[in-house]
Formats: sequence, structure tokens, C-alpha cells
Amino acid sequence: MNTRTLPLFVTIGIFLLGWVICWLQFPNMLSTRVIGNLLTDNAWLGIVAVGMTLVILSGGIDLSVGSVIAFSGVFIAVMLRDTTLHPLVIFAMVLVLTTAYGAAMGWLIDVLAMPAFIVTLAGMFLARGGAYLLSIESVPITHEFFKTLQGAYWLMPGKGRLTLIGVLMLVTVLAGMIIAHKTRFGASVYALGGGEATARLMGVRQRRTTVVVYAFSGLMAGLAGIVFAVNNGSGYSLAAVGAELSAIAAVVIGGTLLTGGAGYMFGTLIGVLTMGLIQTYITFDGQLLSWWIRIVIGLLLLVFILLQKGLVKISQARLARGEA
Amino acid sequence: MKSGVLFVTLLSIRSLTKTFPGTKALDGVNFDLRAGEVHALLGENGAGKSTLIKCLTGAYSRDGGSVTLDGAEIAPRSTIEAQELGIGTVYQEVNLLPNLTVAQNLMFGREPRRFGLISSRGMRAASRAILQQYGLDLNVDRDLGSYPVAIRQIIAIARAVELSGKVLILDEPTASLDAAEVRMVFDVVRGLRERGLGIIFVSHFLDQVFDLTDRITVLRNGRYITTEDTASLNRVKLIGHMLGRELEDEVLHSRPKDRGPRPDMLKFRGFGRRTAVEPFDLTVGEGEVVGLAGLLGSGRTETAEALFGLKPATSGEALDAGRRLSLRSPREAIAAGFGFAPEDRKTDGIVADLSIRENIILALQARRGWARPIARAEQNRIADDYIKRLDIRTTGREKPIGELSGGNQQKAVLARWLAMNPRFLILDEPTRGIDVGAHAEIVHLIHELVAKGMSLLVISSELDELVAVADRVIVLRDRRHIAALEGDQISGEAIMRAIAGDAKEGAV
Repeated sequence: MNTRTLPLFVTIGIFLLGWVICWLQFPNMLSTRVIGNLLTDNAWLGIVAVGMTLVILSGGIDLSVGSVIAFSGVFIAVMLRDTTLHPLVIFAMVLVLTTAYGAAMGWLIDVLAMPAFIVTLAGMFLARGGAYLLSIESVPITHEFFKTLQGAYWLMPGKGRLTLIGVLMLVTVLAGMIIAHKTRFGASVYALGGGEATARLMGVRQRRTTVVVYAFSGLMAGLAGIVFAVNNGSGYSLAAVGAELSAIAAVVIGGTLLTGGAGYMFGTLIGVLTMGLIQTYITFDGQLLSWWIRIVIGLLLLVFILLQKGLVKISQARLARGEA
Repeated sequence: MKSGVLFVTLLSIRSLTKTFPGTKALDGVNFDLRAGEVHALLGENGAGKSTLIKCLTGAYSRDGGSVTLDGAEIAPRSTIEAQELGIGTVYQEVNLLPNLTVAQNLMFGREPRRFGLISSRGMRAASRAILQQYGLDLNVDRDLGSYPVAIRQIIAIARAVELSGKVLILDEPTASLDAAEVRMVFDVVRGLRERGLGIIFVSHFLDQVFDLTDRITVLRNGRYITTEDTASLNRVKLIGHMLGRELEDEVLHSRPKDRGPRPDMLKFRGFGRRTAVEPFDLTVGEGEVVGLAGLLGSGRTETAEALFGLKPATSGEALDAGRRLSLRSPREAIAAGFGFAPEDRKTDGIVADLSIRENIILALQARRGWARPIARAEQNRIADDYIKRLDIRTTGREKPIGELSGGNQQKAVLARWLAMNPRFLILDEPTRGIDVGAHAEIVHLIHELVAKGMSLLVISSELDELVAVADRVIVLRDRRHIAALEGDQISGEAIMRAIAGDAKEGAV
């Protein structure tokens, strides 16, 4: 078996195992209600993680996404409060803004040959500051259209609600899968993550690819910001603090190599759902305190880092033994 | 193809000139490549080989002269453009991406598509068809990284030929391959020659040049020296062309005088490391040079790493004149008077961004501890001393070491250990990737050190080099020390027989 697919199977295995454990304790876990809520509650994280997956595959990191989500939320709320524009117009503005923001960061990373960590760290402070500038207070959203969005769902058998937001997340993941695995752009992203010098030799247009990768991450952060605003019905500059770290965690638990070049978009969906599952379990239990979420996620991350390190060792040992 | 006509000139370079600030890297160089030949491009480091190749692959643009391919003048401005014109290049290592599948690597940038999306089935079929021409039947969906370097190199060649198809430049393609793998790659190259490609072959391994090539062009100091049929040249003449001076009967081939048995200094008994090297006994005499020979992966480097405590031994003991030595870490080994110049200079030897001075005093300072810095004047004195003694060619001691040529970097790494005044110095491939001149100087240096009573362990793939320096040669195979040759027994052929002879036994 290809060693690269193993982390994906481990991811899926852990998710299923976790589900079985939950189900044994709380048989309700298998109901469509829980599934529906899992998708809806984690939609924003799933969307932003799709962008993060592409960034990490390219060998980079995007720390700005949490702040961009907060900025998007505040921007939407303030625009709705102060103008008469239709929410869809404002959404379009948000997406254009955040995409351009990501593209600018990608351009800086390539032109200055700076680590993505530093550039997007600056981007993180800048976006958060921009959100404060718009409003320090939480701004409620009262527009009718938002109620329509919040209430849009398809009733699954068993009275579970498959919401528009949940579907949007699944569609985003699907789009991410196609982009990453079925386009030449996606191949360039993997190539960059595998080695920049070699990728250039093979004909990857590095600047274009880097700019598009971060622009895509910005777009996903903007979209996640919209979903976040719809879910919460408000825009708040202190929202989604640390969301970038949750997204990175989901990507790694999803089996993507943090150093770039290896991983699957589908794994990220499972990573997001695994994190959501832990949250759900703790809610069901009612006794456990919420820091257990972090402890379990921390342990899972550790498992995956060890797994990846181990896999690299195994494939090297195989090569040394001459087993092609 | 065009091979029907004999001697069709495919690529023609006339009075090529390239100037960098302060130096003329190429000065009126001529070079002709015929269809259906393997043409070696040789010269010392700094001769202009890589500049010439970079002018061909579009990495540099030339300042003067002409390059014509198939009769048309060309001036590629990027690797991609050169590929489209028909010039493909395979380097020593960084050709392909180990994290992509074989098929993705072969088809990268021209993936077959259906409805605008990459077709996995099309990828598989196309890449299988390509590999079949090279007699390879691989699972193309597996990561490239899971295949050995030789296979990767053949895949890199296949990709280059697919993309360009007229001229193939091989720039040190065999530097990380063992003998059997080199044969495999050479068979592929010969096949391409039959198909009428023009192949430019750059290598430091003169044996390989004689084995593979039809003609040889030599450059020296950016100038064109000569082009001759390989069959009409011998080693001494060739090296003479490269160095511009006649070597006295090739320093490399002369045996040191048999100095008889040396008083024992270090004894290793049952020394070994699980999964790396089987337990072995080794005695090193005072002022003795012990050579380690064997194919790549035979346990040579692993032996050195165990001796130096880098990957400490899991069995056996080390005795220093009867006293037990602990060699659990490089720190302990250094304290015992050991030194180790590793094989991979770039990653394990030099600190590229630090100056020559800082690189030289590194180990000395580490031994003193960081709390007691060596005075700057003292540092300067040590650095200048070794720069002079080892003839490290540089504009000054403060130059970042990464900017030196490979041979001079290697001398600086040697200087680092010599400054420690070790009793026992381990050199892993001390002459890999450095030019003939520096090569001879390092061999000289080894003789000098030994004369002063230092003991050496020299690991080398170049048999001639071992023959030239070693008092005793240990032969390894399959992580075991299988034979020891001494004095007059040592010859290139004897070593090869030792490696090959046991290969047969092992097969039984």
C-alpha cells in the first residue's frame, strides 16, 4: 500500500471508532438530528479548513483566517446597519475583499521570499485591527434575509435538519477535492509543497500558484465569515479568536503533512467532523468540562504527528532494504 | 530518426562568452554535439562546465557567441523554454518530486484531461507507455519517493526525453548511485543514443566517462581546450588536458611506501550497531591509514558513524592502549581525540552562512565550551594559518563558506578537525564532488598527516584513491566487514574482487 494513503485511513478509522464509542454510550448519536447539527455547527470551520488544507499542502501556513472571519462578520453587520444594500451584495463585497487580502499576502510571501508564518501573522493582526476599527461592540444583525438563511433546511428522515449552511460546507469540500486532486493548479500546489526548487524546474509558476493559494484561503475565510455571521446573527470583532489554530488542527488530524506536499482534502472533512464529534460527546455527557475538548484534540494531534514521523521512517527503512 | 546519416551536428556552440563581474566564466568556447553520441564535458571546478550548461538550459543568457540547434539559432531564457526547444536536463538529485506519484512526475504540466479535469486513467496509460520504452514496469500510482534513486533517475531521464527529445544534458547523474545502478542508468543512456539523441554527459568519475562516452570536450578556466575521441585518450592525457600540467604518472595511482606494521593505538572489539552494521573487530595503528571500501549501503558510513558515536554502537567495546573508551556521543569521541569529516559536506559538514573562520574554529570552540570564547585574534591566526597551509582559495577568511567551491569547502572542513589536533580522523568520501586538482591536493594532505603520526580512517568509492592512501583496506558488504587487504595486496582489482567474490557467496 502507498504510505501516503495510510494517514487518511487512520483518520477515517479514528473517526469511526470515536463514533462507535459515542454511540455505545449514547445511542442517539446515530440520529440524523445529531448528524445535521454536526454539519451545521462545524460548517464555518470546515470551509476555512478547506482553504487551510490547500495552503498547508503548498508548504505554507495561513494564520490570518480567524481574524478575517471576525472582520467579515463585523463588516457584514456594520454594512447592514449603516446602508440599505442587500445582504447578497454585501456578501460579494466581503468575498472580493478577503480574496484580495489573501492574494496580497501570497504576493508578499513570494516577492519578499518571507516565511508565510510571518506575513500571515502580520495579516492576522491587521485584519483583527480592521474589525476593531469598524466596531468594538458586538453588532446584531436583524435583516430578514438572515432569518431566511438560518431557517433554510431540508428535513431528513428522523427529523434531522440538513441546513443550507451544512450543504454549503459539503459543496465547498467537494470543490476543494476537485481543485486539489483533479486540476493542474492542484498538482502545482502539491509540487510546491514537495520542494520549491524542483517544482520550478518542472515548470510550476511559483508566484502565480502562491498568490492563488492564499487568495483561495482568503476566499474561504470570507465565506466562513459569512456562515459564522449567519449562525450567530451578529458580527463581533472578538469572534473566532484562535480559529486559525482549530483549522490547522483539523487539517493535521485529517492526515495532511504539516510540512506540505502530502494529504487529502477529504481527510480534512473527517478531521473537522472528528473535532465536532468530540464537542458533541462532551455536550451529551453534560458532566465533562469543555477543556476536555482541547485535551483530546491535543492528544489526537500528537498521535498524527507521531504517525507521520513514523511513516517517513518506515518508508526510508523500506528503501534502504531495497524493497521497491 | 536522423541517425541514418553519420555525424549530423545537432547542437553547435561557437565562441560562447559569458562574463560575471570580475571574471570571464566562458571565453570563446566552442562545442559540437552530434546526433547519436554521448559527449563528455569535462573540466575542473571553475572551468566553465556549469556556466556552459546554464547557458544551454536558459538559466543564464550568453553575452556573446552563437548557439544553433538543428541549424537554427536559439537563445532560451528559461528551463521551460529550453525544454520546448528540445533541450532537457537531468541533474544529480533535484529532478523530480518524491511526494508525487510516478505518473504525476512523468506527466506533470501536460496531464491528459477529460472535461477540463485531470484523467487518472489517461495519466496511468500514458506514463506506463513511456516507461515501457525504458524496460520499466512500475506501479505508476506509487509515490516516486518509494523507488530507489536509480529508478528515479531513469524516470527523470524519461521525463526530460519526453519533454524535449533532441538534446539530453546529464549533469552528474550518477553521483548518488552504486555500481549496479550506474550500469542500469548507462544502459538507458545507450538506448537513447541509439535513438539518435545527442547526450551531454558531465561527471567527475573518469571511469564512467571512459565507459560511456564517444567524445570528450575539455574546458579549462573558461576556455575551450580540446575535443577528442574517447578511444584515443588515456587517463593521464585527459587529466593533463584538464589540469593544464602533466601529472607525474598520476599521483592518484601511486602506492605509498609500505611502512610495515604500525604500533597499535585503537582497538575495537565486536563493535557494531543493530540494523546498521554487524559487529566487527578493527585495530588502528599509530600513523596508519585504514581504508574502507564497499558499495553504497554496504555499511561504510554506518561504521564511521558508530566509531564517532554519532549513531552509537549497540555492542562491543573500544580500547585505547588497553583502556576502555566510551564513545556514546560525538562529544565523547572528540574528547577521545577523534575527528569526523562526514560525506554530505553541504548538510552535515559546513555551516554555509558562517564565514570560513567561524567554520574552522567551530569544533575547537565547541570543545572549550561556549562560556570561554577563543579570542578573535587567535581565531584569525588559526584561520589564516589553515587557509595558507591547506591552500584554501578564497578572497578572505570572512567570506561565507557556502560561496567557496566544493574542494575548498572540503579543505575548510578538514581544517576544522586539524585545528583540534586529533589522533584519529575519519574521512567519509573526502574527495566526492571536487575537482581533480583539489583531489590530488587532498591525497597529498593525507600523506602529510600520516607522516606526522595521525591515524586515519578513509572511506571512499574511488578505489584508486584508497590504493593511493591506505596502508590497509577493509572491504564491506551487506553491513559486514568481509575482508582486509594489506600492503602489496592492495590494488583496485583486488578490492573489486573482494567485493564481487563475496557477492557470489552471498547469493548461494
